[in-house]
Amino acid sequence: MIRTDPRPALLARLLLGLMVLVSLAPLLLVVINAFKSHADIVENPLSLPHSLAWMNFKAAWTGGNFSVGVVNSVLLTGTTVLVTVAFGALAAFPLARRRIVIWKLVTLYFLCSVTVPIQLFLFPMYFLYARLGLIGNVFATALIIAAINLPLSIMLLRTYILTIPTELDDAAFIDGASPWQTFRYVILPLMKPGCVTVAVIVSLNTWNEFLITSTFQQGDAGFTMTLGYHAMAGAMSPDLGIMMAGACIVIVPIIAFFLFLQRLFIDGMTAGAVKG
Amino acid sequence: MILVPALLTVMLAFTDWDGVSMPVWLGLENFRDLLNDITFWRAIFNNVKWTIIFLTVPMAIALVVASLLLTRRRSQSVYQSIFLLPYILSPIANASIWSNMIFDQRSGVLGYFSRHLLPLHDPLGHVSTALYTVASVDIWHFWGYLAVVFFAAMRQVPTEQLEAAYLEGAGGWQIFRHITLPNILPTIALMFVMVTIFSFLTFDYVFLMTGGGPAHSTELLSTLAYGFAFRSFEVGKATAVALFMSVFGLMAAYAYVWMSRESLQQ
Repeated sequence: MIRTDPRPALLARLLLGLMVLVSLAPLLLVVINAFKSHADIVENPLSLPHSLAWMNFKAAWTGGNFSVGVVNSVLLTGTTVLVTVAFGALAAFPLARRRIVIWKLVTLYFLCSVTVPIQLFLFPMYFLYARLGLIGNVFATALIIAAINLPLSIMLLRTYILTIPTELDDAAFIDGASPWQTFRYVILPLMKPGCVTVAVIVSLNTWNEFLITSTFQQGDAGFTMTLGYHAMAGAMSPDLGIMMAGACIVIVPIIAFFLFLQRLFIDGMTAGAVKG
Repeated sequence: MILVPALLTVMLAFTDWDGVSMPVWLGLENFRDLLNDITFWRAIFNNVKWTIIFLTVPMAIALVVASLLLTRRRSQSVYQSIFLLPYILSPIANASIWSNMIFDQRSGVLGYFSRHLLPLHDPLGHVSTALYTVASVDIWHFWGYLAVVFFAAMRQVPTEQLEAAYLEGAGGWQIFRHITLPNILPTIALMFVMVTIFSFLTFDYVFLMTGGGPAHSTELLSTLAYGFAFRSFEVGKATAVALFMSVFGLMAAYAYVWMSRESLQQ
């Protein structure tokens, strides 16, 4: 679209600028207050810090038990991503390649599993896990989160495989490849970008997940980074400077991860929602 | 294999179970209790309100912003990343930032304003404003996602159509109304369904910021179920509430399958 009238452009810029301010202002508040003392924050939350002292960050690191949290968060996210991508790719292959008469039914089933509230199985699952002694076990919790992420991941990967020409499968078949070999040596290398997109989205979901993680990862030893922060923030009389430093520690890695892999994030979020 | 655990879970809704001992069959008593419980009705009402808010406010913001982004060819990707920042952060961090740095009477920006400019209440502490306040924080976190999705859809609009309309002298609104909007309608429909489903499942922000209070004014079906299960250990009743949530979600899912029945044929 070519626009010659400068007024709409100015208005667009103003509105977008306003939305930028709305999006960023709370995050800026976190950053400036992470360097202030509790008294300074109560005095004026909008004032700039006197100095860039890192004491708050040190206190937050121990207060939020982040050295444990980092390990748990990474293990939880890693396991979830591995399980989701592995099972997702394996399930997507036959769903994309065979003429499945009941494909409509399968879609409906996946859609239902997205729709069903976690609460429906969360409670019985919790008491089952408690009896099995799996509360606080990151790998067991990762299985639940992977199961929740699977339906959408399978759908995404299936659409991805549909873009790979079937002639390649036929060629592999003529060369005597088994279905597994076709998957392993033909399809899998070609669907790698799809797998990476799914991995990025699932790792973000897992890192930020609250309901399941807070229910199943109880006890300090099982805390992820966000849960450690939650416990610290929920303490009786929290020091806000330390709390905001903790918030920084929790959000900065995600922001860095996001900025580094933006394209993949946006592809993953829009895939499925936009046909094209 | 899949059906058995699902059915077992559904059966729990008809029992009295504290999570440890054997479930006791109750029949329809949980449902009768719920239907007589004013908090349950309030939760449903709040969920409906939440759905209506989310189907209008973030949708409108996202549509406007996405169409504005089309006009900013060089900076659009920078804007996109900024608008997505709240969306990618964890609800725990977002909720705590808003509660402590903005709404809190002692330490928040609102508290600061009410001491120095004009007295303002903590909007989270009031029955009449709490739900809208939590909803605005959730919208702050969520709208960027919608904007990015709509923007991606708008970029797929065939340029020939846009150019033709432009050459015929159509204005910005006319182009949006007659070309962009019909082209992205499938995406809008999908987001409508998604938002409806997620509105009935929504939990994080309400639980983290108000826990359903004050005086149940922000109670949703999800927080109600959570409270039944983990505060009063009435797991059967909690499951019954979750069943209600599923019904609403399934209705939305059914609507979606019905809408997209043509594209599912392939």
